[in-house]
Amino acid sequence: MRGLRVATGLAARLLQHGRVAELRTGSVGIFRSLVCNNPSATYDSSLNSRVSDTCGFSSRVSIQGSSCAPRHEPGFVSNVSLGASGEIVEPNKFILSYLGSSQLFPPGRSNGFSTSAAATPEADAEKISVTFVNKDGEETEIKVPVGMSMLEAAHENDIELEGACEGSLACSTCHVIITDEELYNKLPEPTDEENDMLDLAFGLTETSRLGCQVIAKPELDGLRLALPAATRNFAVDGHVPKPH
Amino acid sequence: MARTWRARAMQVQMARALTTCLFGARVFAPRNSFTATGGEVLSWNWRSLSTSALQHTGGLQVCVVGSGPAGFYTAEKVLKRFERAKVDILDRLPTPFGLVRSGVAPDHPETKVVTNQFSRVAVSDRCSYFGNVTLGTDVSLEELRMLYDVVVLAYGAESDRKLGVPGEELVGVHAAREFVWWYNGHPDQVNLQPDLQSSDTAVVLGQGNVALDCARILLRSTEELATTDIAEHALVQLRESRIRRVVLVGRRGPVQAACTAKELREIMGIKGLSVKVRACDLALSPADLEEMKASRSHKRVYELLVKAAGSKLPVHNGSGGRELLFVFYRNPAEILSSDDGARVAGVKLEKTVLQGEKDKPQRAVGTGEFEEVSCGLVLKSIGYKSIPIPGLTFDHRQGLVPNSKGRVLRSVEEGSSFVAGLFVVGWLKRGPTGIIGTNLIDADETVESIVEDWTSGGLGSQSSSCPPGSRGLQELLEERCISIVTFDDWLKIHSAEVALGSEKGKPQEKIICREEMLSIAKQVSSQTP
Repeated sequence: MRGLRVATGLAARLLQHGRVAELRTGSVGIFRSLVCNNPSATYDSSLNSRVSDTCGFSSRVSIQGSSCAPRHEPGFVSNVSLGASGEIVEPNKFILSYLGSSQLFPPGRSNGFSTSAAATPEADAEKISVTFVNKDGEETEIKVPVGMSMLEAAHENDIELEGACEGSLACSTCHVIITDEELYNKLPEPTDEENDMLDLAFGLTETSRLGCQVIAKPELDGLRLALPAATRNFAVDGHVPKPH
Repeated sequence: MARTWRARAMQVQMARALTTCLFGARVFAPRNSFTATGGEVLSWNWRSLSTSALQHTGGLQVCVVGSGPAGFYTAEKVLKRFERAKVDILDRLPTPFGLVRSGVAPDHPETKVVTNQFSRVAVSDRCSYFGNVTLGTDVSLEELRMLYDVVVLAYGAESDRKLGVPGEELVGVHAAREFVWWYNGHPDQVNLQPDLQSSDTAVVLGQGNVALDCARILLRSTEELATTDIAEHALVQLRESRIRRVVLVGRRGPVQAACTAKELREIMGIKGLSVKVRACDLALSPADLEEMKASRSHKRVYELLVKAAGSKLPVHNGSGGRELLFVFYRNPAEILSSDDGARVAGVKLEKTVLQGEKDKPQRAVGTGEFEEVSCGLVLKSIGYKSIPIPGLTFDHRQGLVPNSKGRVLRSVEEGSSFVAGLFVVGWLKRGPTGIIGTNLIDADETVESIVEDWTSGGLGSQSSSCPPGSRGLQELLEERCISIVTFDDWLKIHSAEVALGSEKGKPQEKIICREEMLSIAKQVSSQTP
């Protein structure tokens, strides 16, 4: 579908204000229904949801009725169907988070973006080991639940990885370098949109990705992610004003 | 009262001249928690645990002038690096966030998400926001330098490069910056009233992302724009707009286009808009091929333009069809006026060819062949320029402050010494280029310079006790009857904007009048924001 992009990850947060949830993504499209697969309850909000505006920069979806009111626990939204033509986009995992009453300040990141995998003890088996190497060469090994993005994982573990747009594919601040080419090849190809942002990343390499787009899966166990040594690069090949 | 800070300031100044002391204590930054407005306790920890934070005996007093991305990233990094530093952020507007508020296009809400991060910095108990305070009129640079250990100038680029061609001053010719401020509700361009009526064509000179933003706002359906935070006065005018065609003019070719693939892909995806590129402009020279090899970004932009040129989309989508035309290899030679001389009627363009030596960027050279494009609106999107202030070295040719890794130099000449305790960051430092994220790296560099100077005693103030900082500034501004807008005040303005927006189905409706902002800011809060 033309002009349609569904961002995954944090961007697709539902900001809940009482019963009205606002779906904010970088997508252009019309949200017809949201299906939320919560580990504890699967519900189809399309039956009771009302799309109050039809233009997708910031679609307002009000979820009515207690049967579909999201619990105060994280879950996934998938199967977002879009557009006047009713096309269904491939299932996309959205992580829901409830930001409470204040729109401006989300609660601590670790509260906001934990995933269902992290919520249940048996999910421990579904964690992979990921090592972050910071720009000074220091290493931090963390366990990342399958399904979680490296940006969220970094933030949950106090690893310094910027995420200016909070995962909505509108910046390149969560740029990471995958040091093992074999593991790099196990990742799905970057989308055009991710490549567009990587174009602007400092210290771009052949195995660069955006942390928000690298989602933990079992094959990636042992992943090593280096943060670009930004300060050094800036001095050497920083942007220079282009002549007009 | 004002005497106190002045006496203190004298001491600081003397200390700057004599300083030698070193403090080498290194401690790790502890987890900070703070209370956000509304009483909600949020725990947020600085994520910079890899680099040690430095401890300044009295707490380093830092003033950042400008609250855009460069200013906020600098503040954040200073707070992370100096455990007890206190940062005050000044802005001439009551509202913070600089170009995130007044530059980023209304249909790019995801780019504005970064204000969440900036807000978390601003509500830290070691950070204060001083909105509505203008450097140069309300407080001088010299005064700030006396009040603080470190002054970082991050006030960006609020002027424009000149084209330098006849007709530039005609009615209907605007800098792209003015147009952007207008649709984004910047108080200084509320009354721009661009002419969207007298012709169906607008010419944008330049092909960078700002040029594409302007084109998109002119061509996008107003139903779509109505759900964004575009300023109401702009939306009203755009609804009545007759403009159906925007011509983007570039001096050089598609390989040198300054826009990024993201913006180009976006505009190519707009429904009912055909993006046209002339096939003849797409030919590549060996030098072009070299340039593309060296730049992934330029290569991908070129490939998208090729795609646009080959697009099989119907050219005419009925009467509502809108068109964006890329015109390459054309240099604006003159802005043409209407018969009565009152306003713009077109642009005269000279054809160019590219010339260049090996390993140097190719330059556009005029061929002496001219053509004319009729239009009723011309937007010059050829670059922003910073504005000098008294007491600050300024490179008028480049439109920025001469600096070495953010340290302000005493003169433009090479090898000049730097001014102790005075720094620059962002566009004022490196020129008007790059994206929000560029400032992250830029701020890193400037803050590292501050750390180095502090460690080596080069800041010039640390041998003495605390300079007056916030308290001194506050006294001074009160004495001058300047109404300071704090971050809490801004949150009141923000709440009012969100409330106004929700009535219209917009994320927010920006308040465009300073007086109104100030009156909301000073209202006694009756409800929690």
